[in-house]
Amino acid sequence: MISDPNIPAAALDLFGDAVDFIFNEQQSQGEQVQVGGLEQVGELAWEQLKVTLYALALSLLIALPAGVALGHMRRGEGLAISIGNAGRAVPELALIALLAAFLDVGMFSLALALCVLGVPPILTNSFVGVRGVDRNAVDAARGMGMTETEIIRKIELPLAVPTIMGGVRTATINIVATATIAPLVGVLTLGDFIISRNVYGDAGVLAGAILVAVMALALELALAGLQRAMTSPGLRLTRT
Amino acid sequence: MTDVALLLAQVEIRDRSGPPSCQQANDFFCPGWVAENYDRYVDPVLQHLVLVGTSVAAGFAIAFALALLAHRIHWLAAPLLAVTGVLYTVPSIAFFFLLLPITGLGRTTAIIALTAFTLQILFRNIVTGLANVPPEVRDAGRGMGLTERQLLWRAELPLALPEIFAGLRIATVSTVALATLAVFVSGGGLGVPIYEQLTFKTNVIFAGGLCIAIAMAFDLALVTAQRAVTPWLRVTT
Repeated sequence: MISDPNIPAAALDLFGDAVDFIFNEQQSQGEQVQVGGLEQVGELAWEQLKVTLYALALSLLIALPAGVALGHMRRGEGLAISIGNAGRAVPELALIALLAAFLDVGMFSLALALCVLGVPPILTNSFVGVRGVDRNAVDAARGMGMTETEIIRKIELPLAVPTIMGGVRTATINIVATATIAPLVGVLTLGDFIISRNVYGDAGVLAGAILVAVMALALELALAGLQRAMTSPGLRLTRT
Repeated sequence: MTDVALLLAQVEIRDRSGPPSCQQANDFFCPGWVAENYDRYVDPVLQHLVLVGTSVAAGFAIAFALALLAHRIHWLAAPLLAVTGVLYTVPSIAFFFLLLPITGLGRTTAIIALTAFTLQILFRNIVTGLANVPPEVRDAGRGMGLTERQLLWRAELPLALPEIFAGLRIATVSTVALATLAVFVSGGGLGVPIYEQLTFKTNVIFAGGLCIAIAMAFDLALVTAQRAVTPWLRVTT
């Protein structure tokens, strides 16, 4: 190991260059094209956000109805829990590589592949959340003459919001993280800055890492806000 | 006449080359290729085990210390959860490259990022486990004359073990999957063979399968360990 006293200073310089890369367009490593700057950053960020939102929407579409229905019937615990466990074991890089090896690559097939990471936490959490609703509350609702659909919509879903949103947040973090390596299969997201070092250089790589981290944290914050907004005021009081 | 000769010659050439082999055709899975090449996966598997083992062990040591701190000083729990939450949210691949200017290429960088990822899962589970210990148990312990330290190690921690193990299982299995990304910072592991032949199906399936097998093996080991250290739970079920 080299004990160069200049390393911290050099690292700081690089962070400065990375910030510069984000805001100002510059020559690429091969000096053939202009790279960086807010325009390209915006383009790639938008692409990553789009893939993430598509995959998330698709995951919700698949997992939420299934999880809520199973939770409402209080059936299929083994299935809902073991899919959740299995989902965690899916190796991100192998998933993207499988996509490259087997499917025609495009926005839709990528979003579909990312569902493998999004479905399990949403399915498990919506199942656990709905099943965990106090039986007495459900019985009372039934006694008041609510139909099963009304019970789900007015009683179970509102009470399960915090748990379900926990699953949605985990799913989002998984998806946005894996969307970062999507440039390996030709969908250019912010990860392109990280993966194509020979084009963007060290400053570009670091800029990509900063941007990906910021995007993940921003999504997490947005979902936390959404969760607060969706939780009924009465529940909000008891939780804090 | 010459046309026919040419055609025959071409047929001959094609015949001589024979049908493409399984790996040339990139078929779904080529067991023969794996049988001949499995030794190239030995090192990556060992590296993968080291990556995961070290990261989870380091993560557990740090999270355990932080959880004991938060257990004693309650107002620390919320900010610690927020900080570890940020570390959990930042995608590992971004984390790798944020560390790169400071720690350079190699296994250390990968281990630091993976350790940071495990912290929140472990911290939250240990804290929840300790918080869920029934107050009566604490009262009974105090009544028997246990000091706070004895109470923690003899009553609270043993009762929190199921939660702690649940956290360990989640953290370990997730880390096995995430460690495939260590290849981007030259951290080794099963990401290396996957990345080297990204579109060779047999390779991706076999390496990915090894990864899942490692995750299952770790999970099974943890379940077995949990059963061994919580004998009282076996009696009541």
